[in-house]
Amino acid sequence: MDKILQTFNGFDFTVGSAILEFSYLLAAIFFVVGLKLLSHPETARRGNFWAAAGMMLAMITTLFLHQDGDGNRIGLMNVMVIVATIAFGGALGLVISKRIKMTAMPELVSFFNATGGAASALVGLLEFGNPKNESLLVTLLGLIIGSIAFSGSMIAYGKLSGKIGNLKAGFMKYVNILILAGLVVMTVYVLIQPFPHEYAILVYILFAAALAYGILFVMPIGGADMPVVISLLNSLTGIAAAMAGFIYHNLAMILGGIFVGAAGSILTLLMCKAMNRSLLSVVLGGFGGGSSGVVGEEGGVIKEITLSDASVLLAYSQKVVMVPGYGLAVAQAQHLTHEMEKVLEGKGVSVKYGIHPVAGRMPGHMNVLLAEADVPYEKLVEMDEINKEIGSTDVVIVIGANDVVNPAAHDTPGSPIYGMPIINAAQAKNVIVMKRGMGKGYAGIENPLFFKDNTRMLFGNAKETLQKLVGEINTL
Amino acid sequence: MDEIITFFYSFREPIFIMVLSIFLGIEVISNVPSVLHTPLMSGANAISGVIIIGGIILVGHTDISVISVKLVLGILAILLGTLNVVGGFAVTGRMLDMFKKKREKQPQN
Repeated sequence: MDKILQTFNGFDFTVGSAILEFSYLLAAIFFVVGLKLLSHPETARRGNFWAAAGMMLAMITTLFLHQDGDGNRIGLMNVMVIVATIAFGGALGLVISKRIKMTAMPELVSFFNATGGAASALVGLLEFGNPKNESLLVTLLGLIIGSIAFSGSMIAYGKLSGKIGNLKAGFMKYVNILILAGLVVMTVYVLIQPFPHEYAILVYILFAAALAYGILFVMPIGGADMPVVISLLNSLTGIAAAMAGFIYHNLAMILGGIFVGAAGSILTLLMCKAMNRSLLSVVLGGFGGGSSGVVGEEGGVIKEITLSDASVLLAYSQKVVMVPGYGLAVAQAQHLTHEMEKVLEGKGVSVKYGIHPVAGRMPGHMNVLLAEADVPYEKLVEMDEINKEIGSTDVVIVIGANDVVNPAAHDTPGSPIYGMPIINAAQAKNVIVMKRGMGKGYAGIENPLFFKDNTRMLFGNAKETLQKLVGEINTL
Repeated sequence: MDEIITFFYSFREPIFIMVLSIFLGIEVISNVPSVLHTPLMSGANAISGVIIIGGIILVGHTDISVISVKLVLGILAILLGTLNVVGGFAVTGRMLDMFKKKREKQPQN
């Protein structure tokens, strides 16, 4: 392993280094193949396996074969300390991921994203103090981007789990721009100094400012923009890791980080497109609630429906479409939804699910939940497809969804969600809306759908209501 | 100006690799059904834990006989990176398990 093949720039190139580089190439291939397989339903599990295998490979070979600039290998004692840390962190990660409830998945992804961002920030911070490090631009970029990803993801985590409320203020947009400009100016200022390593104090300020920016950037975002933000932060973590990869000229880190950065960016753009929002307006913050929006039929009459009326209406329909939203996830009502679907099918009713791409708090959130309840894949119909059938549907049941069926997106130009594609529930012959109360949706705006003539409200917790409803239908 | 040119020159190979991997990354994940958006995001999130390699290199070449700020923060970086990697892949696996369960049950229906 230590056989010297070649010496250039005073650096001995050994067999070990060759194997290390080759293992990084393999790891990068595993990452690409993994991501590719992850994008198809049949192969997704294998994809996850290959990506994990690539990571494992890169970690092991780095531990045993990496050499520093002077050609010293990682010492045995250090290997033991590192392995112990990884074993502890790995066990912790496994426990957290196994214990968490399926509904808390979006928060958890956000939390794990925060840890990755924090690790990048720490590596950047420490490497800036390393006098041998000449790649200060990428070091600072890794530090800044990692810090933003960390604090932003923690805020996203807090908001999704309901620990942090919304904070909206008109001036925050300007504060954000100011901090961003300050970050750029400070970074350039540090880099053009003849001895930038002596400006450690400025780098700490940079670190703090980046953390503050992450917080302020996610804080005002309260509407349906949350999935977009998580995806964006995910892509930032990837870029931060790639920047750190430049410090070490480490191809596994550069490639892995960039793939994630690119994949995350594309996902982010796909989601923005689904909501008819520009990425810029998301980044500048302040969606939902902030602008009051012109509300069409506010103050109209709300009509309730009794459980028995609802059950009769459903049981004697031909075609029923269920539109789930975050309320379904909160109430853990996915199994009952599936049960109601089976009971109705038993009575000869055709039942489908209308899945809005950003229903819930993450793209595909509803798909994951309903898959957990064994709802067959072909029953989950995407927005555009279901909208073609809504006109001939007897009953649309909206379960804990609000903004994704809000007709204001079509007919109220002043509304914050104006232009967002929605499921046209209002076009069905009848609409039943299951809701806990008359609270507004996540975007914080009134929903004219509730006041329409063909809409009936069924108030209560989705799980309890569904349970009673299934009972009623069974007695018919 | 000279610094910028020097930077591009000394990093020309990684920059080539980076630019091409952006295209590859975009190409690889386009046309994903929305049902897989969440697991894909979670899997990609786990891969971004590749920063752990940086943590390993950092701590690997740090003197561990004395407890320094570098050592403590470096170990913290490894710990956080591991959480990202292991937690990320485990959660992705759990999400995908639900699809597997569904597929296995289907033939019986």
